Amino acid sequence: MVERDLVIVGGGPAGMAAAVSAYENGVKDILLLERDQHLGGILNQCIHPGFGIDYFNEILTGPEYADRFIKKTESIPQIDVSLQSFAVHLENDKTLTYIKPGKLEIVRPKTIIMATGCRERTREMIHIPGTRPSGVFPAGLAQKLINIEGLLPGKDAVIVGSGDIGLIMARRFLLEGARVKAVIEIQKETRGLKRNVVQCVEDFGTPLYYGHKVSDIYGKDRVEKIRVVKVDENFADVPGSEFEIECDTVLISVGLIPENELIEMAGVAVDKSTNSPVSEELNKTSIPGLFVCGNSYKVYDIVDSVSRDSVIAGRLAAEYLKGLK
Amino acid sequence: MIKYDVLIIGGGVTGAAIARELSQYKLTVGLLEKEEELAFGVSKSNSGIIHPGTQNPPDSLKGRLCVEGNRLVREICKELGVHFKEVGELIVAFNDEETSRLLKLKEEGELLGVPDLKIVDSHWLRKNEPNLNDKAVAALYAPTAGIISPYRLVYDLAENAAKNGVEFHISAKAETIAYSPDEEHRFIVNTPKGAFNARYIINAAGLFADNVSKMVGVDDFTIHPRKGEEFLLDKKREHITKHLLFPLPTKTSKGILVIKTADGNPMIGPTAEDVDDKDDLSTSNEGLAKVLEGVKKMLPTVNENDIIAYFAGLRPASGHDFIIRHEDKVPGFVNVVGIQSPGLTSAPAIALMVLDILKNNGLPLKKKFVFHKHRRRSEHLFEDPVSRIKNLIDMDAAYGDIICRCEMVSEKEVSDAIDRGATTLDGIKFRTRAQAGRCHGGFCTTRLMKILAEKTGKPLTSVTKRGCGSEIVKKDRVDG
Repeated sequence: MVERDLVIVGGGPAGMAAAVSAYENGVKDILLLERDQHLGGILNQCIHPGFGIDYFNEILTGPEYADRFIKKTESIPQIDVSLQSFAVHLENDKTLTYIKPGKLEIVRPKTIIMATGCRERTREMIHIPGTRPSGVFPAGLAQKLINIEGLLPGKDAVIVGSGDIGLIMARRFLLEGARVKAVIEIQKETRGLKRNVVQCVEDFGTPLYYGHKVSDIYGKDRVEKIRVVKVDENFADVPGSEFEIECDTVLISVGLIPENELIEMAGVAVDKSTNSPVSEELNKTSIPGLFVCGNSYKVYDIVDSVSRDSVIAGRLAAEYLKGLK
Repeated sequence: MIKYDVLIIGGGVTGAAIARELSQYKLTVGLLEKEEELAFGVSKSNSGIIHPGTQNPPDSLKGRLCVEGNRLVREICKELGVHFKEVGELIVAFNDEETSRLLKLKEEGELLGVPDLKIVDSHWLRKNEPNLNDKAVAALYAPTAGIISPYRLVYDLAENAAKNGVEFHISAKAETIAYSPDEEHRFIVNTPKGAFNARYIINAAGLFADNVSKMVGVDDFTIHPRKGEEFLLDKKREHITKHLLFPLPTKTSKGILVIKTADGNPMIGPTAEDVDDKDDLSTSNEGLAKVLEGVKKMLPTVNENDIIAYFAGLRPASGHDFIIRHEDKVPGFVNVVGIQSPGLTSAPAIALMVLDILKNNGLPLKKKFVFHKHRRRSEHLFEDPVSRIKNLIDMDAAYGDIICRCEMVSEKEVSDAIDRGATTLDGIKFRTRAQAGRCHGGFCTTRLMKILAEKTGKPLTSVTKRGCGSEIVKKDRVDG
């Protein structure tokens, strides 16, 4: 068993900001675990601009924003970065087990910051009935397929939900030469940023249906069409309002959920509806010395807020360590 | 033309169990599957319950085969390295009338030879199944009920059968059958993969068994698809119950159940609805409502937000019992049809029964000198303790390379699944659980596609969900 002052789980914007902040506040023994082969997290696939306006007073792309923190993190020798490292188990005394190719390691950190980010809500969570053909993608997966792998998921897409990833992907599909038949949002207004509605949907003349939902997905092997229905203020179907849209691809962009399965395993109370830790104070949990920051603490609209939140978590961890001495 | 002594039509659990049983004899055996992989028909939606034998009429064929299958499957699981867990089941009663029906079920079960049945009272239930609705007054406890992964059983039976010489032909749908009673190899089965010549045919074609039987002129039964919708809960809720929970059965089904699964995720369902279309695997809002209503009677605390997946399956029902018989009008043709629940449990016993039928109808069964009855177990990190995971990683570094984060599936497990026959993303999912967790492949799909493409030497654009037509992506972005 290895002892450490601070272990940070997650090498995205939250984990890196927390690591740098902890170092600047006096922590000199930091292990940063990242499951992917690079630091940067989900920013790496967000090649559109709009990041950093608040934090850096500049307009950056996702990879550019990440790169500033990657350079900073890598320049600090006291931050030990372990890539392809996947935390599998966390106990309530903060004993953490992680595995990487060729190695299983058990660490006993004095303090932990969880910066595990969030995942997309799925089709299954909003219970869209119908068949289960290929062609139904979480919007973020479609983004990865196009931006990282250079593959086009489909040619005629419908986007379910007007979350930011969905709106960004509406534009991305069009720029790649695919068609976007509609964006369907059950609420009366967007849940994404206003600028994304304008720049990614309205400017391209893509139909955006507020107060509508997808009531069925059809297709045996591949998506063939969807059925849409208008809903009233109680989200009940309005009879007679149904219509169908032919498409081969359905992107689901209906919100994000903090990833907190590890702290739940350790016995931290997690809110059943939001999946955020039940917390008296920002970034704190019911286990002393176990902090949560960034989108795993709560889902923020912009990465700039994630960075600010995580700087605070780094400082809190440093203060906790000082208190132990 | 390829010639076989025995040709099995259908690569679900029934066909695979028969294939493996036949593979210990000096025979040439082939199996035709119309889908891209085995277990892609009825078996893929099986709930994975190894039933004890209760809830069947005492004089039924399925009741007898179920009790025998429950006994046989344990040995097979040991030989093939399939994880079998004997969790026991409770059939729960909520009032005196239901309790008296429990007594009748117990009596009928005992007539069939179901061992160790016991009526337990509300005190026992509070203690041993704390989340069960406290309005429950009694239950019939069947300790021999168990759980298993239905698809892994099919894949492992087939892998072992193949090792012992059975030849599997996929995407080979039987389209027509020619019958020449005077020839030794009297059947010719035409498929898109060519024609196959056989002395004996076993029709284990599930939902389409009536179509296949008609090809040789036997049309005295029809397969009626009965849809069941099932809803899978997050693995976090693995311990929501200790036993399989059943209400009292209805005329057409065993009711809405709480099912423990071999993968850990509890499952709730299934519905039972007769449909016309043999391809109708859609789920519905009504199905979800029905399942939640049924389950909340037993487990009031079940939370809709814990549902991470849902699917529908079709039971290949024909009347109330299995039909397993040699067709005397067409010597050499054996129907094994109407295999609805408890078909998974019964499969090993069905296989033995089919062997007897073949023997009684002129097929000599001589044991091979060497029969490889054991199969090296597939590793699944999610079922292993930390110490075992450490050993595996020490043995092969790729066990430490996690691909599916929700279900903890490593690169090594995925590669193994492909080496052992997976050719589609669903095939990988059924074997390893990668993409089956709460994020639904949001994070791992691209890596799985790359591994599959690389190992099979095909472009990424050819990777499918479950066979031709279900390609994941449409084209390379750059090729215009």
